[in-house]
Amino acid sequence: MKVHEFTCITCPIGCGLEVTEVTKPEGTTYQVDGNTCKRGEKYAIDELTNPLRMVTTTVQIEGAHLRRIPVKTLEPIPKGEIMACMTELNDVVLEAPVDCGEVIVASVCGTEVPMVTTRSIERV
Amino acid sequence: MKADLVIIGGGPAGLAAAIEAYENGVESILVLERDRELGGILQQCIHNGFGLHRFKEELTGPEYAERFIENMKEKNIEYKLDTMVLDVTEEKLVTAVNTADGLIQIAAKAVVLAMGCLERTRGAINIPGTRASGVFTAGTAQRYVNMEGYMVGKDVVIVGSGDIGLVMARRMKLEGANVHAVVELMPYSGGLARNIVQCLNDYDIPLLLSHTVTEVRGKERVEEIVIQKVDEAMNLIPGTEQTIQCDTLLLSVGLIPENELSKKANIVLNPLTNGPDVNESMETSVPGIFACGNVVHVHDLVDWVTEESCRAGRSAARYVKETLKSGTGSLNTVPSSGVRYVVPQYIEPENIDTNKLTLMFRTDSVYENARIVLMNNGEKIKTVKKRHMAPAEMESIVLKEKDLAKMSRGEVTVKIEVEEAVRS
Repeated sequence: MKVHEFTCITCPIGCGLEVTEVTKPEGTTYQVDGNTCKRGEKYAIDELTNPLRMVTTTVQIEGAHLRRIPVKTLEPIPKGEIMACMTELNDVVLEAPVDCGEVIVASVCGTEVPMVTTRSIERV
Repeated sequence: MKADLVIIGGGPAGLAAAIEAYENGVESILVLERDRELGGILQQCIHNGFGLHRFKEELTGPEYAERFIENMKEKNIEYKLDTMVLDVTEEKLVTAVNTADGLIQIAAKAVVLAMGCLERTRGAINIPGTRASGVFTAGTAQRYVNMEGYMVGKDVVIVGSGDIGLVMARRMKLEGANVHAVVELMPYSGGLARNIVQCLNDYDIPLLLSHTVTEVRGKERVEEIVIQKVDEAMNLIPGTEQTIQCDTLLLSVGLIPENELSKKANIVLNPLTNGPDVNESMETSVPGIFACGNVVHVHDLVDWVTEESCRAGRSAARYVKETLKSGTGSLNTVPSSGVRYVVPQYIEPENIDTNKLTLMFRTDSVYENARIVLMNNGEKIKTVKKRHMAPAEMESIVLKEKDLAKMSRGEVTVKIEVEEAVRS
């Protein structure tokens, strides 16, 4: 039996959550305490079993009035892949003009999640 | 030059006001923006979480801005970039300068002030020590890193745990810096729980509550800083000094509405918000000059800036068409116990065209299981239960037609009442 602690982020109340993980031969069960709504329970179990995060960052751009263009993962990716994702983007250089929502990496860190631009930028 | 409506500032507030004024029948609109592009600070806020209320989806700052910029361009609303407004008069004569037109004067029928806010700096909080380079406001660093492509430092300490400080802690970490700590004077964070979890806990960045920076050391560049604990009365506790080796200190210590132009137009400013006093139509003390967004009071969500700015744009259109009753109205709002300020400060019920009016306010402390109570001349008009309120999160209470019908000329008081049995 293991107990994990989280702060719920599904609303501003920020409940302190405790997840008790019980491993039995027939499978693992999770008991969530401290939550005051259903969303808290789901959040705690997801955070323990498969924490996901959106990554928002920038990549280099040439031919624009700025040197960086903002990008994001189209879907959240596993939390453990964030730094690998950052490293992968180090080599990406875009050329203006660029539209908002253009795919710049089709599958970031082998997650099948594309990386897209989050603004359009003109050529100068 | 002449224009029916001049909007000062092309950030989220100015963009929403321009679009809404256009949709309400004003076509002669000019938006003046001092930066080289529209969108304001949203362009550097590359993280997501914008638009959950407005668009029911989670957007990044630039995406949120782009929706409004595209909309404005489709309507062919005129705007000038790289244009600095120097003066606004009570007669609504706007003086501006740029390199293409030189000095220009625009006689406007109505003006919307949407200049946003400024960051408080090192000088504002008097951090002692040397004047080494490497001390930035968090927003300046954000612009350098996210737009200009300059990394501001390698070993970073952040002062202030408001959302900008937290977001920058994560941002610096992702870009390869060591973020040694976020230092917060108050015993609680000024940021959203979501940002504590996703910007600090995810990266094991310590949050030091009830701490402050007491010295900056370093000759050319910051070399180390000294932090110290404070007690409940905010006094430094002797013997708790710690030094942290770092080359960069980022300050996220508050925002101030930027009202230099409002002062020139002799607009009455409110000492609690540092922004203009406004009425239900977002009109300032000068008839025909409206204000919206962070120039009025500092918001935590851009969605509410948009909502407020739409109201300002719609009202400006009514003013141009001479269907708005200017002035301080028959009701004035008053913040009472637990409430720091209330916006708007004045209400003319006759002008409310949407059957309801939202009063926005901030509490002075964290409250659990409390009630927002609305009074009119000592009589209780309505009560709303709230499980959780904090100074970092703007609160609101909606006045419906039936609430307004119960009110008589005089004061509308907003206060917080705490239930007797507080859940531990």
